Amino acid sequence: MNGLDGKRVVVCAGAGGVGKTTIAAAVALGLAARGARVAVVTIDPAKRLANALGLRALENDPERVDAERLAGHGIEIAGELWAMTLDPKRTFDELIARLAPDERSRDDVLGNRIYEQLSGAVAGSQEYTAMAKLYELHRDGGFDVIVLDTPPSRNALDFLDAPDRLTGFLEGKALRAFLAPTGLAAKLVGRGTSVVLAALKRVTGVELLEDLSTFFGSLAGLLAGFRERAEGVKALLADPSTTFLIVASPEQEPVQEAIFFAEQLRVAGLPFGGLIVNRAHAPVRGEVPGGLPDDLVLRVRRAAAELDALADRDAAAIQYLSTELVIDDAVVVPHLPDDVHDVDGLVAIQRHLFRSD
Amino acid sequence: MGWGSPLPPRSCPGANVALLPSLLDSDLVVVTGKGGVGKSTVAAAIGIVAARRGLRVVVAEVGGRADTARLLTGQGVDHLSITPREAMEEYLRDQLPSPLSELLGRSGTFGAFVEATPGMHELLTVGKVWELTSDPRRTPDEEPYDLVVLDAPASGHGLALLGAPQTFSEAARIGPIHRQASIISESLSDPERTAVVVVTLAEEMPVNETLELRDALLDRLGLDVSLVVVNGLGPDRFSDEEAAQLEALGEPADSPAGAALWAHRRARGQAEQLERLRAGLDAPPLELPLFFAAGPDAGELAALVEPAL
Repeated sequence: MNGLDGKRVVVCAGAGGVGKTTIAAAVALGLAARGARVAVVTIDPAKRLANALGLRALENDPERVDAERLAGHGIEIAGELWAMTLDPKRTFDELIARLAPDERSRDDVLGNRIYEQLSGAVAGSQEYTAMAKLYELHRDGGFDVIVLDTPPSRNALDFLDAPDRLTGFLEGKALRAFLAPTGLAAKLVGRGTSVVLAALKRVTGVELLEDLSTFFGSLAGLLAGFRERAEGVKALLADPSTTFLIVASPEQEPVQEAIFFAEQLRVAGLPFGGLIVNRAHAPVRGEVPGGLPDDLVLRVRRAAAELDALADRDAAAIQYLSTELVIDDAVVVPHLPDDVHDVDGLVAIQRHLFRSD
Repeated sequence: MGWGSPLPPRSCPGANVALLPSLLDSDLVVVTGKGGVGKSTVAAAIGIVAARRGLRVVVAEVGGRADTARLLTGQGVDHLSITPREAMEEYLRDQLPSPLSELLGRSGTFGAFVEATPGMHELLTVGKVWELTSDPRRTPDEEPYDLVVLDAPASGHGLALLGAPQTFSEAARIGPIHRQASIISESLSDPERTAVVVVTLAEEMPVNETLELRDALLDRLGLDVSLVVVNGLGPDRFSDEEAAQLEALGEPADSPAGAALWAHRRARGQAEQLERLRAGLDAPPLELPLFFAAGPDAGELAALVEPAL
């Protein structure tokens, strides 16, 4: 992971279930060990991992990981490690509160039925809020590096599109223009030729349109802030000091997702910082030593053959992935028999990540 | 691959399976679970079992995905990849006489409405899923399916998808969207018509997510999970004494003895998580073995899933 020098934002992306959160935490740990003041933003970490880092679900801002927790695990932290778990609904509410010009507009939005019912229910709200939090932490400038774990989305695009879709959602520009009292709809209604509006009302219902209209109306004062934020997030993602690490495990779906995501990065002109293949099985070498009962030897051989088969499969997947991504420096992290939930596990993983240093 | 724990009682060959309600009696089987647990393969396997039992079945995916298409080739199962755009056009055609629906579609107004309204994509998508089993079909000349297997997005997104009709039946107080959403919501919350299968692994996070998803489904949609499938269970070959014996050899991690210890630790970790899962569930989960080398094809997997359906 030599490509991380001088980076301010490290985004860990990849399919769900490949261990992104753990990798993000290990990257942050490694960078902190090398002297940086690092914040890692995790999304839904395993309870034991959260406990290991002393993460409290109540906080929606990074907290410093107690040096005590990291002491005695074979790693010296020259810098600082801060960590947080993202609370999407709360981040969204906070964003509204921050962007609202006054208390009344804030309460109008937060108390709106559409907002209440839909803000928590919408798929992908994690993606928006992860971006919003990243932007905020970066802008406030308290950290040398921010490491971002990404939501367990099935489609990496959800994440890259988040800033645009955030404004698209909230602006509802086309519809608002249509519904505004002085907008197209009013004109059409005024002239009595509102065939399109009548058709829209027929398929959606007048009430829903009115409610939406009120909702967008109450958002009006916040839109400039949202637009600015979306532009800021886009600029931040494309900045040379930002890097995207693609995390995969050597299985079919994560491999395809990694290739797809790398392509999306290329198309969007975003900086690709490297590939991490997590949970790769290591090949088995050597013989079973003598002196063991025959049936045990037989079972040991079977276990070894099975693991070796997985290692072959994984090696082929890594080879394929490297060819597709045109890289020769994939970082391979071995599959540990247990999930990684503690500081020792993170230390072990960060050793693999930073081993060439 | 003859290892693995006993299958749930329902699958015992002697049991009178015919008297027990089957998942396949419902109109819709939703297959969800954490990412990377083998959801799509299980969805395909369920589709194949349904087809082998003579049902007219389609496996549907959302968001333009087509992960199961390849698995279903030549198995007598239809495949459909639903995009919100097509679902939207179809909804318009159904709701309005054709000149109007074309006008509204062309004007981009409904598109703007869909884009601007959080959750609308999900509602249209799930509306299309629901439509596949409705009789008569919204699409002219199409026969309703006996069963739709939905290869749903991972837990959180899957829940948002399934919850969309209910959200909209409340958010839109009256009107056509309210009406549509209420009808769909009612049928999605009807355990006779909708069954949910959660696929998981015997690891901490997938087990947590399964239990949380079970609670959320019950809480928000009133739906019970019909079946939990635990994928990728490795063989448990060594006793603790044997493991200690192997450990005492002091062999390196990449030796056969090291490999055996690795497998032993994984098996014990999985057993622990499986126990936690069992304790949290009312019905025993279906256990599927880990496949070494190439994974099973969907047909082979169907044979393993079949007894639980």
